[in-house]
Amino acid sequence: MMATTKLDRQFMKLFKDEWPGQLQTTPVRLAVLGSSTVDHLFPGIRIGALRRNLWVTIYKGDYGQYVQDIYDAGSALHAWQPNTILFAFDSRHLLGGYQVGEAAQATESRLNETTERIVHLWRAARDKLGCQVIQQTALPIYPRLFGENENRLASSPAALLDRLNERLRVLAEKEGVTLLAMDHWAAQDGLSSWHDPALWHRAKQEIHLAAMPMYGDIVGRVLAALQGKSRKCLVLDLDNTLWGGVIGDDGLDGIVLGQGHALGEAFCDFQRYAKDLARRGVILAVCSKNDEKNALLPFEQHQDMVLKREDIACFSASWGDKATAIRSIARQLNIGLDALVFADDNPFERNIVRRELPMVAVPELPEDPALFPAMIARAGFFESLALTAEDMMRTRQYEDNSKREAAREQATDMQSYLRSLEMTLHWSRFTQVDQARVVQLINKTNQFNLTTRRYSANEVANLLDDPAVVALQMRLADKFGDNGIIAIIIGYRTDEATIDIDTWLMSCRVLGRQVEQAALAILAAEARRMGARRLVGRYRPTEKNGMVAEHYPRLGFAPLPGGAGTDPQFVLDLDARCEVPNFIQITEN
Amino acid sequence: MSETEVMQQLNEIFRDLFELPELELTPGMSADDIDEWDSVNHVMLVVEIERQFKIKFHTAEVEEMKNVGDLVRLIVAKCEAK
Repeated sequence: MMATTKLDRQFMKLFKDEWPGQLQTTPVRLAVLGSSTVDHLFPGIRIGALRRNLWVTIYKGDYGQYVQDIYDAGSALHAWQPNTILFAFDSRHLLGGYQVGEAAQATESRLNETTERIVHLWRAARDKLGCQVIQQTALPIYPRLFGENENRLASSPAALLDRLNERLRVLAEKEGVTLLAMDHWAAQDGLSSWHDPALWHRAKQEIHLAAMPMYGDIVGRVLAALQGKSRKCLVLDLDNTLWGGVIGDDGLDGIVLGQGHALGEAFCDFQRYAKDLARRGVILAVCSKNDEKNALLPFEQHQDMVLKREDIACFSASWGDKATAIRSIARQLNIGLDALVFADDNPFERNIVRRELPMVAVPELPEDPALFPAMIARAGFFESLALTAEDMMRTRQYEDNSKREAAREQATDMQSYLRSLEMTLHWSRFTQVDQARVVQLINKTNQFNLTTRRYSANEVANLLDDPAVVALQMRLADKFGDNGIIAIIIGYRTDEATIDIDTWLMSCRVLGRQVEQAALAILAAEARRMGARRLVGRYRPTEKNGMVAEHYPRLGFAPLPGGAGTDPQFVLDLDARCEVPNFIQITEN
Repeated sequence: MSETEVMQQLNEIFRDLFELPELELTPGMSADDIDEWDSVNHVMLVVEIERQFKIKFHTAEVEEMKNVGDLVRLIVAKCEAK
């Protein structure tokens, strides 16, 4: 509340009522007409709209003067020339004069009178003032008189309000009026989040001042939807976003998805929410750091996948950075980056996308996937006002377009992003303490693994004191936290001058951050210390490690001639200098 | 919480809300002494105090607050009763 208020003050100081003129949207001249205090909501509305690049100037009517304002052609409102009117009537005003116990017929005609009055206002606002009309539904503030079966007491104010809201929905549909569903918000958050009777008595604020930022955001998203500025596409990460685990490492049977497992059901539920969104016109895309073959596997073969390949209009699986991938998705779908919402469980990916592409919406997903659907729904990214036939067909259309478009890569400013991460690579020889984790990584890592050599706990333990072995573990920390052990390298001294790299594996979580170069620098220094003059590495291809085929050449190793049918081998002369990325600090533990 | 602590935190809220970074509250101060302390800001002040101290004022209490000293004593009493 305070943050929004202060932001709004700054904003008003800077711009007053002058439209800055740079926004690609139509300025909104919004009249907020109510029957009690509404101006406490204005900072929220201005900021909520501004978040969506909408410039809003607000007209505040005098207390209870909205009838004259609307119908009198000489009124201040007419002179002000609004283009949008929000009717924000408080419930007490709407039900003024109700009488508990009166005959059903009297209640009925009371309701009719109220709705007729409102519809007249709508029509006048539309026809005489040429305005878009937004109607706030009544906040259910009345305590119940019967209880669970309140509807059986037709004259109860609580029951009346429910019926009034039902009617408003039908009428709004007929009259082309946009609703602000305050009754839904009260049901979702609890009435006390939205209404405090004490504040009503003190300041005639029906909407709680503390709820002002949320209220303003809701108005903002509806105003944006009226200009067709809602978001259109949900871009989904795969591993630990659509299923638990890493498909490339855990395999089809290892990922967590499906019935009989609470977490697996939660992921299914999120997929179902995405699918429901797709069915009503939101485009789905996938952006994953994966081999495409691995990424597609669950879509093609896992029987608990709710989302199918044909639900995804644009499928991007590669090892490039996600900001670049997302640019390419927008281009292929031929929509603006500001139409995208990016859902990823990994804070690193979220932050690079926020930094590189601030126009993409990147929700701070909760850790528990059970909470993903409600979180995304609450943010209102895809606010829509009507369903069209194209909506129902949209995913298919975009998929077709996307197939026609060729993907163009565009480099993003990676260097400065990586620098901003403040990475430190802590390394040591294998330790007893971390042995369990080391064994686990050696036996689990499939993708970034040059040889996929497995070691038992005993074999790892034997490496600890062997003077002819260089066995390194590396932990990466950055400003977002500690990623734990993410790299393991095991080398054997095979002759006086040579260290042979038997194992080099890394966690895919830290890919694209040039940790490989830093790891090589550590290895080279250790090898030199042991008196070696060269490093030899090999790539043993498996079904899953295609991504590291070029690992050694990328690090400056030269190919070693080998016999046909043998694994490619590479050599690095240790007399030459190793390039170390200057944005990764290296520390020995 | 002691009166001094409450006073300090309250001072921060006042400085923040009224955008008066130099403001030094004294127990005798009232709305008459601070131009920005109008009826609209008073509502916000009360809501913000309720939020920060996690207390709820009685409707009658809000009406009876005459000066900063009253407010501090009320907050201390409410916090102790929690």
